[in-house]
Amino acid sequence: MTNDAPLLRAEGLRLGYDGRTVVDGLDLEIPPGRVTVIVGANACGKSTLLRAMARLLAPRGGSVLLDGQVLRSVPTRELARRLGILPQAPVAPEGITVADLVGRGRSPHQTWWRQWSARDERAVSTALEATGMDELADRPVDELSGGQRQRAWIAMAVAQETPLLLLDEPTTYLDLAHQIDVLDLVADLNRREGRTVVMVLHDLNHACRYADHMVAMKGGRVVAEGEPSAIVTEELVEDVFGLRCHVGSDPVSGTPLVIPIGRHHAPATADEPRRG
Amino acid sequence: MATPDGPTRLAAPGGRSRLASSDGRARVASFAAGVPFRLPRIAVSGVLRPRLLLVCAALAATAFLAFCQGVAMGDVHIPIPDVVRALFGTGDGGTLLIVREFRLPRALTGLLAGFAFGLSGALFQTMTRNPLASPDMIGITQGAGTAVVAGIVLGFGPGDQVLGMAGALVTALLVYALAWRRGTTGYRIVLVGVGLAWMCTSLTDFLIARGGRFEAQAAIGWLVGNLNGRAWSHVEPLAIATAVLVPAALPLGRWTRTLQLGDDVARGLGTPVQYTRFALMIVGVGLVAFGTASAGPLVFVALAAPQIAQRLAGTPWPPPIASGLAGAAAVLSADVVARVIVPGTELPVGVVTGACGAPVLLWLLVRANRAGSGG
Repeated sequence: MTNDAPLLRAEGLRLGYDGRTVVDGLDLEIPPGRVTVIVGANACGKSTLLRAMARLLAPRGGSVLLDGQVLRSVPTRELARRLGILPQAPVAPEGITVADLVGRGRSPHQTWWRQWSARDERAVSTALEATGMDELADRPVDELSGGQRQRAWIAMAVAQETPLLLLDEPTTYLDLAHQIDVLDLVADLNRREGRTVVMVLHDLNHACRYADHMVAMKGGRVVAEGEPSAIVTEELVEDVFGLRCHVGSDPVSGTPLVIPIGRHHAPATADEPRRG
Repeated sequence: MATPDGPTRLAAPGGRSRLASSDGRARVASFAAGVPFRLPRIAVSGVLRPRLLLVCAALAATAFLAFCQGVAMGDVHIPIPDVVRALFGTGDGGTLLIVREFRLPRALTGLLAGFAFGLSGALFQTMTRNPLASPDMIGITQGAGTAVVAGIVLGFGPGDQVLGMAGALVTALLVYALAWRRGTTGYRIVLVGVGLAWMCTSLTDFLIARGGRFEAQAAIGWLVGNLNGRAWSHVEPLAIATAVLVPAALPLGRWTRTLQLGDDVARGLGTPVQYTRFALMIVGVGLVAFGTASAGPLVFVALAAPQIAQRLAGTPWPPPIASGLAGAAAVLSADVVARVIVPGTELPVGVVTGACGAPVLLWLLVRANRAGSGG
């Protein structure tokens, strides 16, 4: 899939809500076939950017391009077959079963006379198995644990069978084990199925581990982008998050490990962290 | 892990997986929320929900029984078999005349208005993702009431039916316009609607207080909702509206299934969210406007019928057709009850729907609170 992987690009993007401009003049290219993670402090515009790239938010200026085509001009259903988005903390209707929820991910592929084709069925089965939800298919979503619930939603997005998958903070409200679980699942989707993934994450260390390409945002602008090991430095973290930290190496993955310093602890190593 | 295509996972819990199919070959394990069917030659496929179909049949049967019972009752009692014969146009001339001219308009108004209220409630509750958001809670019924009462008290206008319709439509437009801020959300529609409902109620009360005794009595009589004295002139507009609006509602069903997941998810799944919401609003308001114009505001039917249908069918959303049938069954049964509960007098049907519907509202409020989500 990598060869014809979709190319998502933002050009001179200006975004905002009501009177407030959140993102101004942003250029970004999402590397196809890879996992891109957007990081930044609260209100830096990272979720806003993701929403605009999924056309949930209309740009005030500039444009988002999908394979060179302006996103605005792509027909709604066609877009939903090429690009899937899972918003932050979605709420399922009370009593809906996992299978029913995941089945609704097929809707861009359905018409009113063809609502459950063999391909729909296959896609749902595959999505349920890929996410490990097949045993829970008959259970109501609201009876599941937070982690299982999030997997069910991801399964819905997987069943949509889009080469591009956008996830807005998929690990919110999950405990650590479930966070890793969900992120591993996302990495699987990328590696096994070649899907291009763009996600917003809060945890820098998770971002370092799971990102092929990291985008650091501050005040609606891209401050740095590239491979995490190439861009994550103490200066960058201080600049983007306003946090003094020590950057080491993750003993498990070899990716950068960000250790916050805070006011009550001095670094154990002799040298004072460098200031940006 | 079992392969999705193998016949290995046939003993899955909940009877999801099915072996038999029409051609006798083993079928792929099914994760559909019902029984899938496929007609490959014409590329038609879908999912049948047996329980939903069963509930629809049961509700239709209940409505039919109540319908016949309603036709049978009156100064001249007609035995049920004769009623059924008369409905099919046979039987003796006298019975036929009574049924056609006097009994049928009342029963048909009840049937159609009940169906319209139930379906409309289902559309509104789906559109706003809120079980409390039925047209009789968000001002549309109240708007119709204000217009009709104004007509009665101030002595003007083209009659109850036209005024009721106009009132409902104007209020609905107001709700939509006031809730609009670069698009609408279900939550804003509910908030604005509840506010407008209270304004309309206050205005209605003011008009009644101002009106003379006779007018006030007539106004209250209409506000309660009554099927007594319905004529074919009440049935016809409602029948035409139902015949147009119900088929219009059905193609929207596919999009409401995604709309229930929230606006952002729905949009991500390729749903034209604002268009769907607007179309649902138009159809829902039309049904309620015509229903209210013919039968008066039968409170709680639009609120309760979809919730009852949803519980019976075990679906995660109010099923539209079953909701309509539940509404029809509720109104027709309530009308029968209203005529027998106090011997010698006939209560307006709205009193019965109100008395039965209030506990349903309370139950919904308690549940919504417990779940911590009202929309």
